[in-house]
Amino acid sequence: MAEMVIGPGEESFGVPNGKLGMWTFLVMDAMTFAGFLAGYARLRWKDPLIEGTAWPNPYETFGVFGIQLTALNTFILVCSSVTMVHALAEVMRGNMKRAENWLLFTIIGGLIFLGIQGFEWTHLILDVWPYLFDPTHSVDYNLNFAATFFALTGFHGGHVSVGVIYNLVCYLAIRRGKLTADDGDFIEVAGLYWHFVDLIWILVFTFVYLI
Amino acid sequence: MNLANLPGFLAPLGKDSEKSLLTYLLEWAYTTDAKRIGVMYILFAAVCGVIGMILSIMIRAELATPGLDLMTDDLYMTLPGMHASAMIFFFIIPMYAGFANLIMPIQCGAPDMAFPRLNNAAFWLLPPAAIFAFSSYIVSTAPQFGWTAYPPLSNSVYSPQLGADLWLVGLIIVGTSSTMGAVNFLSTAFNMRCKGMTLFQLPLFTWAVIVMSFLVLASTPVLTSALIMLNLERLFPETFYFFAPEGGGDPILYQHLFWFYSHPAVYIMILPGFGMVSEIFQTFSRKPIFGYHVMVWSMVGIAVLGFIVWAHHMFTSGIGLYVRMAFMFLTMLIAVPTGIKIFSWLGTLWGGSLSFKTPMLFALGFLAMFTIGGLSGVVLASAAVDTQLHDTYYVVAHIHYVLVAGSVMTLFAGWYYWWPKATGRMYNERLGQIHFWGTTVFLNVTFFVQHYLGVQGMPRRYADYDPDFALGNLISSYGSFALAAVQIVFFINMFISFRSGERVGDNPWKDGTSLEWTIASPPDHHQFHHPPEWIPVERHHGDHHAPAAAE
Repeated sequence: MAEMVIGPGEESFGVPNGKLGMWTFLVMDAMTFAGFLAGYARLRWKDPLIEGTAWPNPYETFGVFGIQLTALNTFILVCSSVTMVHALAEVMRGNMKRAENWLLFTIIGGLIFLGIQGFEWTHLILDVWPYLFDPTHSVDYNLNFAATFFALTGFHGGHVSVGVIYNLVCYLAIRRGKLTADDGDFIEVAGLYWHFVDLIWILVFTFVYLI
Repeated sequence: MNLANLPGFLAPLGKDSEKSLLTYLLEWAYTTDAKRIGVMYILFAAVCGVIGMILSIMIRAELATPGLDLMTDDLYMTLPGMHASAMIFFFIIPMYAGFANLIMPIQCGAPDMAFPRLNNAAFWLLPPAAIFAFSSYIVSTAPQFGWTAYPPLSNSVYSPQLGADLWLVGLIIVGTSSTMGAVNFLSTAFNMRCKGMTLFQLPLFTWAVIVMSFLVLASTPVLTSALIMLNLERLFPETFYFFAPEGGGDPILYQHLFWFYSHPAVYIMILPGFGMVSEIFQTFSRKPIFGYHVMVWSMVGIAVLGFIVWAHHMFTSGIGLYVRMAFMFLTMLIAVPTGIKIFSWLGTLWGGSLSFKTPMLFALGFLAMFTIGGLSGVVLASAAVDTQLHDTYYVVAHIHYVLVAGSVMTLFAGWYYWWPKATGRMYNERLGQIHFWGTTVFLNVTFFVQHYLGVQGMPRRYADYDPDFALGNLISSYGSFALAAVQIVFFINMFISFRSGERVGDNPWKDGTSLEWTIASPPDHHQFHHPPEWIPVERHHGDHHAPAAAE
C-alpha cells in the first residue's frame, strides 16, 4: 500500500492543514485569555468588598520607572514580531541564511522580554507587595490587583516562553537543513503564534498598566 | 483469540505484534490511526461510564430509605460531584470524541485526521486526567463541593483536602485534551474532504462534530482559566484572591465563568448525538433527512444561542432582575431551533419505510424522552419557577432526562449502529432489544419520579431527607438498580458478538448512504484504497425550487 499522505483533500479551504489548525488553536487560546481578562475586568470594576481598598492606580503602583520599562519591553516584543515577518519573507525568497538570522533576532527579542518581565516580577514581589511572602506584613491593599496581575502576565509569559522554544525549534531546523525554502508554511504557522502572543500582550499591557 | 485473524484496522501491523499480545497493545498505544484512537477513546469512556454508574448506585443505595444507612455524610458528599465529573468529563464527552475519531474522517473521505500525532496525544492526556481525578478517593478525600466547585465552598478554607486539588488538575487536563481534539476535528472536516464533498454535502454527524468543536474551542478554555484561578487561590491562600470574599474577590465571577463553559457543555454533550440520530433515522426510514440545510443551521443556531444563556443557572445567585429576564427569554428561544430539529426528524420518519432495529429503537427512544427533558427545561427556564425549583430533585430529573434519555440513548444508538462497521460482526438483535426496553423502562422509573420529589421540595446533594419523600426515593432507587443491571445485557451482547457474531459486509444496514458504508467492515488501516469520490446527492429535501426536484 502506498505511503499515506496527510494533507488537504480535494475539497478544502485552500490552506495547509497546519495553518487551519493554528488558527483554530488561536481561537481557543484567545478565549482562555478572555476568561482571565473577564475576571480582571469584573474584579476591577466593582465596588471593593473591603472598605478602603479601592483599585490602585497602576501608575502609582508600578512607578514611572516600571511603566516605562514595560513600555520598552512592549516595544521589544513588537520589534520581535517585525523580525519574524522578515524571517518569513526571507524564507519565501529562498535566503535561508538571512531567515536564520532574523529568527535568531526574534528569539533574542523574546528572551529579552522574558528577562525584563522576570526582573519586574522580582521587584514587585520583594518591594511592592511584601505581604505575598510575609504573612506578618499588614495588608492595606486591594488584594485582587496582585492576583490578577500575576495570573495575566504569568499566563502570557508562559506563552512567550513556549513561543521562544517554538522559534528555537524552527531556527535549529533551518540551521540543520530540515526546513528548506519549500517549507515556508512552517515558519508562517510559527509566525501566527508569535504575532498572536504579541497581540495579546498589547491588550494585557493596555488593561493592566495603562488604563 | 488469535491476533492474526483480526480483520481490518484491528489486525496487527507487524509480524511481531501477531505473536505477542504486549507488542500488539503497544502498537495500539502508539497508533496514529484515527480509528484505533477512536476505539481507545470509546473503551476508556466505557470504563469511566461504569465507574460513574457505580458511584450513582452508591448514591441511590444511600437514598433508598431515609436516614444515614450505608455511609457517612463525608463520603456521601463526595458522590454527586464525582459521579457528575465521571459521567460528563470522562464518559459522555470522550465517548463522542471516540465516535468522531472513528467515523468522521471516513465520512469526509479523508485518509486520517489532519494531525494524527496530536490526536494520539489528546487521547493519552485522558487516562492521567482520570487518574488524577479519581485518585482523590485513594490519596485523601474526594472533593465535597459537587461538580460545580463553587467558591467559597471550594476554596482552601472550606475544602482543605488534597483531593480537591487533584480533581481540579484532572479537569484542567481534560479541558486541554478536548480542545486538542476539537482543533483536529475542525481541521479535518474543513480541509481534508474528498472530491465532491462540499460543506453542504457533509453528513449531519460530521456537521454535528464541526459545531461541537467550535463550542469546545470557545467555551472550554474559559473553564480552564476559571479553574486555574481557583487552583491558584487554593494553592497560595495568602497570595491570590479572585473569588474569596474575604480577600475582596467575587464568588459570582466564578459562577459566570463556570457556566459560560458549562452551559455550552450541555450542547457539546448533545449535538454529536443529534448528528448520530440524524444518520440513524435516514438509514432506518430509507429516506433522506428532511430539511438538511435547516438541520445544519439549527445546530449552528443552538450553538450560538448556547453561549448567551449561561446565567439561567444563576437565577438564585442574586443577579439583577432585568438580567434574569433577558436570560430567561434567550433560554426559551433555544427551544425554537431544538423544536426545528425534532420536527425535521419526525418529517424524516413520516412516510418512511421504517425498520425497528436496535439503533432505530434507541434513536426513537431518544426522540420521545429527550423531548420530556426539553419541556422540563422550558419550565426551569422561567426565572419565577426556577426560584422555587433551584437545587431540588426537579433539576436532577431534568438533567438526567437530557443526559441519560438524551445523550446516553444516542450513544447506545450510535454504538449499535456503527458496531458492525467497527468490528465486522453483527450484535445479537434480541439481546439488543432487551437492552433497549430495559433501559427505557427503568430509566423512566428512576428519573420520572424525581420530578415529583423536586416539586415537593426535596433538595439535592443531601444524604438524608424527610420521611415524606420515602416512597418516591425507594421507587427511584429500585429503578436505578434495575437500570444498572440491564447494562450487563449490553456488555454480554458486545462480548459475545465480538467473539462469534455473524460477519457482515460493507453495508450491513443495506441503506447506509454515507461514505463509511462504502468501505470494508471493519475498515482497513488506510480506510480507502483509492481516493474516494463523493457523488453529490440532492440535499434540498422538500424544496420545490431545487433544480433536481423539478425534473
